[in-house]
Amino acid sequence: MINFTDAQLERYSRHIILREVGVEGQEKILRSRILIIGAGGLGSPAILYLAAAGVGTIGIVDYDTVDMTNLQRQIVHFTGDLNTSKVDSAAEKMRAINPEVRVRTYHVNLCADTISEIIKDYDFIIDGSDNFPTKFLVNDACVLANIPFSHGGILRFDGQAMTVVPGRSACYRCIFSKPPPLDAVPTCSQAGVLGVIAGILGTIQATEALKYVIGIGELLTDRLLTFNAMNMEFRKVVLKKQENCPVCGSNPTITKLMDEEQAVCAPAGPGRPAC
Amino acid sequence: MEAENSAVTVKDLRGVSCPMNLVHTKVELAKIAAGALLRIILDNGPPIKNVPGSLAEEGHEIVRQEQNPDSSWTVLIRKGA
Repeated sequence: MINFTDAQLERYSRHIILREVGVEGQEKILRSRILIIGAGGLGSPAILYLAAAGVGTIGIVDYDTVDMTNLQRQIVHFTGDLNTSKVDSAAEKMRAINPEVRVRTYHVNLCADTISEIIKDYDFIIDGSDNFPTKFLVNDACVLANIPFSHGGILRFDGQAMTVVPGRSACYRCIFSKPPPLDAVPTCSQAGVLGVIAGILGTIQATEALKYVIGIGELLTDRLLTFNAMNMEFRKVVLKKQENCPVCGSNPTITKLMDEEQAVCAPAGPGRPAC
Repeated sequence: MEAENSAVTVKDLRGVSCPMNLVHTKVELAKIAAGALLRIILDNGPPIKNVPGSLAEEGHEIVRQEQNPDSSWTVLIRKGA
């Protein structure tokens, strides 16, 4: 058992009081390692809440720098952080909230060549990326490495989330076999997004991460949660693991990682969406 | 009863207010096996009104509670499964 200091007992008292968390659950949080892909709209609340919760090691992957258009929803970044790298900006806030958290930053463009080496050190991954090629890459890499993850996406007044436990539940490719054609789905920079939507979905993803590491409740597996802010409605679409899924099915055609079209390894620039 | 008295860990939580007294009790309970006993001393007022109920809700047994001359309470708890 971890010997909690008095300061730790006070800091985590509201967790410890919960019957379903308790001393043992908080210990699991302190020992856990969670990777957050994208320090943007979805990643921001996840980064802040998971640092506050005392997650032992938090990794953040992002290649971008803080831009003025990010500040309306990416609440981990402040006006004073403009033009600094997002991973450094996020790391500074995490350390300010909770100096006990071990922060690891990855200032890289995630691609087929780099992702496996990064995710292998983590218990759970939060995908807060802003583009389809990365979402598919994260799915494939996590399925192949057998690491559970939370998918999240937002646009306009809508959001969606699902949790994937490889081998046990439907994966992202069971539902969407490949990325939509380029420009078939607008990005946040083209279509807009109400800033708070990022907070709602990113916080749901952080909740799933905590439930997983503590081992409580029912994960959002085999269900796609969709949210619409206009009518304030949550819906769950029931999903099934597909036998013929190209990555997690019984005869997979994807057995090694590859980058989907829409080059994710291209340098950040005006062509890249900035969700 | 005599053996019970000598073997039991005692946590003095006088001067510790809610909910930190519950937190410290849960830490002590985490250190002992199911079925083992823990004795805590709680202040009169909100602590004795709240802590035993919270522990019972979590599945622990309140074996007995007695008020002390200084108005504090000694509570004997058996850790639940």
